[in-house]
Amino acid sequence: MTGLAVAVAHRQGAFRLDAAFAAEGGVTALFGRSGSGKTTLVNVIGGLVRPDRGSVVLDGERLVDTAAGRFVPPHRRRIGYVFQESRLFPHLSVRGNLLFGRRLARAEDGIGFAEVVDLLGIGHLLARRPNGLSGGERQRVAIGRALLARPRLLLMDEPLAALDEARKAEILPFLERLRDLGRVPIVYVSHALPEVTRLADRIVVLEEGRVAAAGSVDAVTARLDVASLRGAREAGAVLAARVEAHDPAYALTRLASPAGPLHVPLVDRPVGAAVRILVSARDVTLSLARPAGTSALNVLAGTVAEIGALVPTDPTAELRLACGSAHLVVRLTRRSLADMGLRPGLPVFASVKSVALLD
Amino acid sequence: MTDAVTGWLTPEEWQALRLSLLVAATGTLASLPLGLGVAYLLARGRFRGKTLLDMVVHLPLVLPPVVTGYLLLLAFGRRGPVGSLLAEVGIVFAFRWTGAALACAVMGFPLLVRAIRLSIEAVDARLEQAAATLGANPLQVFGLVTLPLILPGILAGTVLCFAKAMGEFGATITFVSNIPGETQTLPSAIYTLTQVPGGEAGALRLTLISVLVSMAALVLSELLARGVARRLAA
Repeated sequence: MTGLAVAVAHRQGAFRLDAAFAAEGGVTALFGRSGSGKTTLVNVIGGLVRPDRGSVVLDGERLVDTAAGRFVPPHRRRIGYVFQESRLFPHLSVRGNLLFGRRLARAEDGIGFAEVVDLLGIGHLLARRPNGLSGGERQRVAIGRALLARPRLLLMDEPLAALDEARKAEILPFLERLRDLGRVPIVYVSHALPEVTRLADRIVVLEEGRVAAAGSVDAVTARLDVASLRGAREAGAVLAARVEAHDPAYALTRLASPAGPLHVPLVDRPVGAAVRILVSARDVTLSLARPAGTSALNVLAGTVAEIGALVPTDPTAELRLACGSAHLVVRLTRRSLADMGLRPGLPVFASVKSVALLD
Repeated sequence: MTDAVTGWLTPEEWQALRLSLLVAATGTLASLPLGLGVAYLLARGRFRGKTLLDMVVHLPLVLPPVVTGYLLLLAFGRRGPVGSLLAEVGIVFAFRWTGAALACAVMGFPLLVRAIRLSIEAVDARLEQAAATLGANPLQVFGLVTLPLILPGILAGTVLCFAKAMGEFGATITFVSNIPGETQTLPSAIYTLTQVPGGEAGALRLTLISVLVSMAALVLSELLARGVARRLAA
């Protein structure tokens, strides 16, 4: 039995954590505002916090089972942990840091030193001391150090939060490469939705110590009832699409998405390549009849699936639209909502002004 | 070098210097493992009686040295509860150079523990957590992370303890007396020389030696500490 299953209750001062979720391979994001219990939850998984009640099971092994009085200490869990502040050992060189866990594991199998150094692009840093590294470099070394200890699971607690935008942009491609290698399942903690939608396969939304929503990124980001997503949602729905055809004459690429065909400016990817796209809620306009003589290239037919909460002080509202086999999120004014008589089940047409490529 | 020094010092003075170095080095090295353990307990331990342990460790710092020496004599003397037990297995402290080393160890202990304790408290416990997630058991965490990080503190404590031992007088003379060749260390020898007519020259020579040894210890510790700091920072 592979995968992680967590069901724990823990009290820390006035804060109560009471959460359960399961994760298999790939990247599972723990998403929530600061103080929602994300870090406590990964600390429970990593063995740095002993929960009051509950269990943690990894690949069939019970790491924590308070009912049976079982608690496996962190050094016997083989769970890698990348901390927000990298926590490199100042008395060791980059090479010494990278090999710290590998030497203790005393094993030759698993991902190799050269492979990790190459994956993270840290070959030129090996002889340096951690204090001389930039924030982005430190974090890459920390990721390599955790990987080389041959973990069965990798925990990453906001690994980009302490970095500025430029450094984040520098690291994200490495994280994507790590994800695409698929060698080790990852639990990725973040309060930044763009990061999560770009990296994760599944998302677990935490609110005040409880799981508010869990599921695939596409399904969860399209939900309107998750309050913490509402504030964080710059965007709308994330869709897994495929390059269908290029039209160099007009400099356009046609994508096949579960919501229907979409045209985007020419993409430098081969036909058949998988891409993740984001359809921003503000970039979708609705009409009751198929628009005629419109400049919009992307018009999709759909049905109103759900209307989000209406707030008197907010002139806009969110609406979820069922399009093909996917959902789009649309942000429109409450006035339009009323004027058009929109209600669940009503067929409408969505004009999509722009589509953002996530990777 | 040796000939020059022995030629300059009288055989008795030379003996006092060698004895002082032996006693101070032995006392310091002997108290180091225990000092490390006690410092770790005081820095990280959570147990009842921690305050009491802290007080007992610091006692030699505040007690008159003569009192400490007399307490040692009561406990470790030939008829003392500890001394008589140890005498049966052939370990004798009373009126031996080993007793002088014990007195030095006890008197330097608080300085040693204090320096090491402060450096342990300065270690970022989050680094130790990180080491655990990389598969290090508690002993490996201590040996591979904590110990290298507190090395400057250990060095500082050791040098302080050694310097204190080199100058220790009150407890030593009370506990093991002032026997030339056995327990007469530099301070005792200087004291003796100042008590006899015509001893001023010898006292001055030994005073100079004392100053040189203490300064050499300080310079050595400074160099070592700088080396460690460079290793940690570079």
